[in-house]
Order: sequence, then C-alpha cells, then structure tokens
Amino acid sequence: MTALAGRRTLALQTNEAWRLRLYIAGQSPKSLLAIANLRSLCEEHLAGRYEIEIVDLLEQPTRARSDDILAIPTVVRRFPRPPRRVIGDLSNSERVRVGMQF
Amino acid sequence: MSPNRAAEREPTTGELPKARTGIAGLDEVTGGGLPRGRPTLVCGPAGCGKTLLAMEFLVRGITEYDEPGVFVAFEESIDDLRANVRSMGFDLAQLEADGKLAVDHVTLVTGEPGETGDWDLDGLFIRLGAAINAVGAKRIVIDTIETMFGAFSNLNTLRSELTRLFGWLKEQGITAVVTGERGDGTLTRHGIEEYVSDCVIVLDHRVTEQMSTRRLRILKYRGSLHGTNEYPFLIGEAGLSVLPLSSLGLQHPVCSERMPTGVARLDAMLSAGGFYKGSAILVSGTAGTGKSTLAAQFCDATCQRGERAMFFSFEESEAEIVRNMSSVGIHLRQWVDADLLQFHCFRPSLIGLEAHLFAIQKFVRQFDPSVVIKDPVSDLLRVGAEADVSAMLTRQVDFLKARGVTTLFTSLDSDGPSGTDEHIASLVDTWLRLQTTEGSGEYNRLLRVLKSRGMAHSNQIREFLVTERGIELVDIYVGTEGVLTGSARQAQEAREVQDGAAREEDVELRRAILERRREAVQAQSAALWRDFEGEADLVGRSLSNNSAAMNLRARQRVEQGRLRRADSDAPGRGGDE
Repeated sequence: MTALAGRRTLALQTNEAWRLRLYIAGQSPKSLLAIANLRSLCEEHLAGRYEIEIVDLLEQPTRARSDDILAIPTVVRRFPRPPRRVIGDLSNSERVRVGMQF
Repeated sequence: MSPNRAAEREPTTGELPKARTGIAGLDEVTGGGLPRGRPTLVCGPAGCGKTLLAMEFLVRGITEYDEPGVFVAFEESIDDLRANVRSMGFDLAQLEADGKLAVDHVTLVTGEPGETGDWDLDGLFIRLGAAINAVGAKRIVIDTIETMFGAFSNLNTLRSELTRLFGWLKEQGITAVVTGERGDGTLTRHGIEEYVSDCVIVLDHRVTEQMSTRRLRILKYRGSLHGTNEYPFLIGEAGLSVLPLSSLGLQHPVCSERMPTGVARLDAMLSAGGFYKGSAILVSGTAGTGKSTLAAQFCDATCQRGERAMFFSFEESEAEIVRNMSSVGIHLRQWVDADLLQFHCFRPSLIGLEAHLFAIQKFVRQFDPSVVIKDPVSDLLRVGAEADVSAMLTRQVDFLKARGVTTLFTSLDSDGPSGTDEHIASLVDTWLRLQTTEGSGEYNRLLRVLKSRGMAHSNQIREFLVTERGIELVDIYVGTEGVLTGSARQAQEAREVQDGAAREEDVELRRAILERRREAVQAQSAALWRDFEGEADLVGRSLSNNSAAMNLRARQRVEQGRLRRADSDAPGRGGDE
C-alpha cells in the first residue's frame, strides 16, 4: 500500500491523467444528463488531465456483476487510488466534487 | 433427494400454481409449495434460518424439480455461503459448474457511494437479468434485500425501485424468495412486506425451559389455503425439516396381522394373538415393575422371528441393558451381532425435542425396523413442556404408524396417574399397566390390559413374574380371602391343597362308619327275621291244632244231633254258640 500511496502523490504531482469510468444503461435521459454533467465538471477541475470511459451495461450486461454495479448512473474514480464512487445524474456539482475529491 | 419426488404431481386444484420447495414438511404446510412466478417473503430475527431455507429452496429446485436458480447475496460472501451449506450436503460449486446455479454477491459499502441527483437500480436489474439468462433460472433468492437500505440515502428512490424490482420479477415469471430481518414490532425492519404481498413466511427462534426451538408460520398466502399454526422446524444434516402435526393425517394403512408379545399368556390376554402390527403400545408402571424387561422380551421375540427391532433407551446404556436382560434369560447380544437389533442410548436432554424426533426418524429410516422401543418416554418430559412432548409423540406415532412400525413406549408413573400417560393414552392402541401391590411383607407385580383397541382383550389381572426364563404371567388368587399374590397366593394354594386332603380323609372315615353301620343293621334285621319266623311257625301250628279240635267238636255235635233225632238247622255251623 505504501508503494501505491507513493505513486498516488507522484501521480498528482506529475499531473498524470485521472481515469474515470461512467456506467450507464442505454441512452436514457438520466444517462445523457450524467455524461454531460461529468464532462463539464472534469473540464472545470481537471482540464486536460482526465480520461472518461463510458460503459453501457445494456451492451455489456455481465460487467454489472464483475464491476459490482447496482445503481445507474455510477461514476467510478479508477485513478488516482483509492477508487471512489458517486451515483446519480451528477446534477449537484458540489457533491460530485467532494465525492470525487477533484 | 429421491428421484420420484420430482415426479410428484404439483397440485392442480384450480387455485394458484405452486412451486414445490422440496423442503420436508414445508410443502404440506403450504399446500403444495410457494406461489409460482411470484415473490415470497421469508422473515425473522438473525440466525433463524432464513438464508438456509432460501438456499434449500433453490438447491432442491435444481436437484429435484430441474428448475435452475439464482442466489443473490447481499450479506454473506459466496465463499462463506458455500461453506455454510456444504455441511448439509449442498455442493454449490458443483451446481454452478453444471450451469444450474448462479451465485452473485453484491458488495454494498455503507455511506459510499455518494448520491447526487436522480438514479435507479438498472444496474441491479441488468445484473439479475444476466444471471437469470445465464442459467435459465426459474427460481431466485435475494438475501437480504434490506441491506440496501443502509447503502442508499435517498430512500424514496430506493422504495420506488424496489416496487419496480418486484414487478419486474413477476413479469419474468420467476419464483422468488426474498429474506428480511425482523424489526421492532414489525415483520421486517424496512417494511419489505409492503412489496411482497403474495406469501409471507415468518421464522422464529425461541427458548423455552432452556431448550431452543425453531418455529415457522405462514403469515399470509394470498389465494391459497395454508396451515396457520406455528410449526417447529429443524436444521439437520440433510437440510430443513418442518414438522407439521398433521403432516400425515390419519391415513395410515392398517394391518390386522398380529405380533406375538413374547409372553405367551399375554398373547392370550390380547384375544389370542398379541399386538396388532403397526400399532402403538404403552407400557406404564411405577419404578421397578418390569417395563423394560417386557420391552426387551418383545424385542427378543421379534428378533427370533428374524425381524428387526430398534431400542431407544434414555436411561441405560446398551451394555447395561444387555447385561441386565441376560440375568432374566433374555439374551440380546446375539441379535445385535446378527444385525437384527440396534440400540440407541442417549440422554434426551442432550438434544432438543425436535432434534430428538428428527434423530429417531433418521435412525428408523436407515435401519427400517419392524419394532421400535422407547424406554421410557416419560424422560422426555425433562426436555420440554408437556404439551410439546405430547405433540412430538403424536408426530412420532404418526410417522411410525405410517411406516407400519409397531412401537412400544414405556412410561414411568409417579404415584397416581402421571401426566404423560394421559397425553399418550389417546395416542396408543394398547395400554398395559404394571402395578405393584404390597402385602404380607412383600411387593408383587400385577399386569392388566387397560385398553386394547380392536380386540376382545382380557379383563383379568395377572401376576407378573420376572423369572430366570423371562417374564411369566400367572393367575392371581381371587376367592373369599380377596386378591392374593406372591407368597400369599402360594400359601393360599397350599392351604387349599391341604384342606382338600383333609376333607377327603373325612369322607373316607364317614364311608367306613356307614358301612359298619350297614353291617350292624343287616345283622340286626336278620335276627329279627329269625324271631319272627319262629313265632309265625308257632302261631301256625297252634292254629291248625285249634281247627282240628273244632272240626272234631262239630262232628261230635252232628253225631249227637243224629243221635237225638233233632233237625239240623245249620250243618257245619258249630263252635260259636
């Protein structure tokens, strides 16, 4: 863990790109809203050093189990460690910022 | 897990279609199983067996009814779950490998994730849908869905999503079991019962008199008849068993075949034959009346015919019984060696009543005896309340009768009629009572047939002797001196023999006297005859002299008349002037 923690600080210092993953289920209004909200938040806080991966569970249903997803939409911070999750359409930007620790 | 269970027809009573659980007794209580294609709520406090019931429903569904299933675990990890049910012979890993079972453990972390704005449980739906499709599931278990209430802060959204979930499960036509934890004064902590309205099963776990009993109750079953009682249930080595009192009803086949009791005179008392095969017999009596000996002799007789017997003893060990019985000429060791007799000796307080019943059923199924002895059932009173004991015995008698097993219970009477007896009395077909009587400085045993259904049994009391050749029955003495037993009876019998001899002597003497008297009388009468004859001779002689003289005189008168020339007016008349 110390190695990981060391890597995290290093990553933050060296501005390594954040990796975020957003789980959605089809092109529902909630999903579209979440995608838009997440993009604008990242632009605001992490301009130029983030990646967003979008996983549509309707297309890859087994990933709900393998990635342990219940609620839709869910955004997962995969890097930096440790992973963090926020669910909902991300309309409350302050809570997303706190949740993701941008 | 017998293969023919799958062939059992599901009830087609025109009511709700049902899915058999395969759990012993539960299908009887629910009238055929859980509502097919609908969710059932199983709720109760922690440790009451909810998860196990749900898991067994799923496993039996796969192994007995060929209905694949999905298990969604919110609480236990998959590895824990596998380990927990392995002890009951459920091999989840194998079922998963066979593609019949999908297990999904949902990890929920309280407080995380944060929520912002609108969300739904589509992730869970997709997850369930994928698992259901993967195995072609007909059954699903969600254990325990309430855990989600700790993981989400927007409960309004959660509740509406749960409503949607149950609606979706019904749409899938899947038979679901959802477990919930009991709350304070409510069935479940978060009111899951509001969502699952078709069937609610409540499990409980109570301790009375230091003995814990698990109980199951069908709180509600929409559109179906169901048993309303609380039924005890057990978690045994082969899964759950619900023990409904009326599981068998009173439908057992009857047999008019008789079983010799091992005591010839007792057979005679039971209208010349013995006990009915498949009947229940109670031998009650105070301490030391020979109840166990009678039971052992019955065992012995059974084994001699080559049939199997099983002896449950709650007081003595096998070695003690064998030794004690050989002292009265009943040699049981040979039957144990011949695999015709099996002993099970344990203190009933070792396990609870339900476990006791379960254990006995298991042993009986394995050994398949034609006679079962329980010595003594009164010991079971130490294990539970009287009503529970009698309910347990009723179930046991039902179970044994249904198998055609002849059962002999012994019961220890305290002074006066014991409680157990009253409870068992109506259960048993034949009731033998052993008593002791005190008199002439000794105790003696008596046996009588208190009741025996379906046979013209003797009303006589017999004396019960424990001899070196086992039990013998002898007639008691009933006469002017009252009822006598033991040495008093023997003394009386001896006295009677003596009295008889004396009377005979007396008669002999009288006969001799009479004979002598006859001789005397005969002698006397001979003397009298002699006197009489002498006298008669004398009289005869004098009479003839007299008439000769008279004739002479008449002739002389005629002569004189002729001489006087007088008319004779009456010739021959003479001698009477």
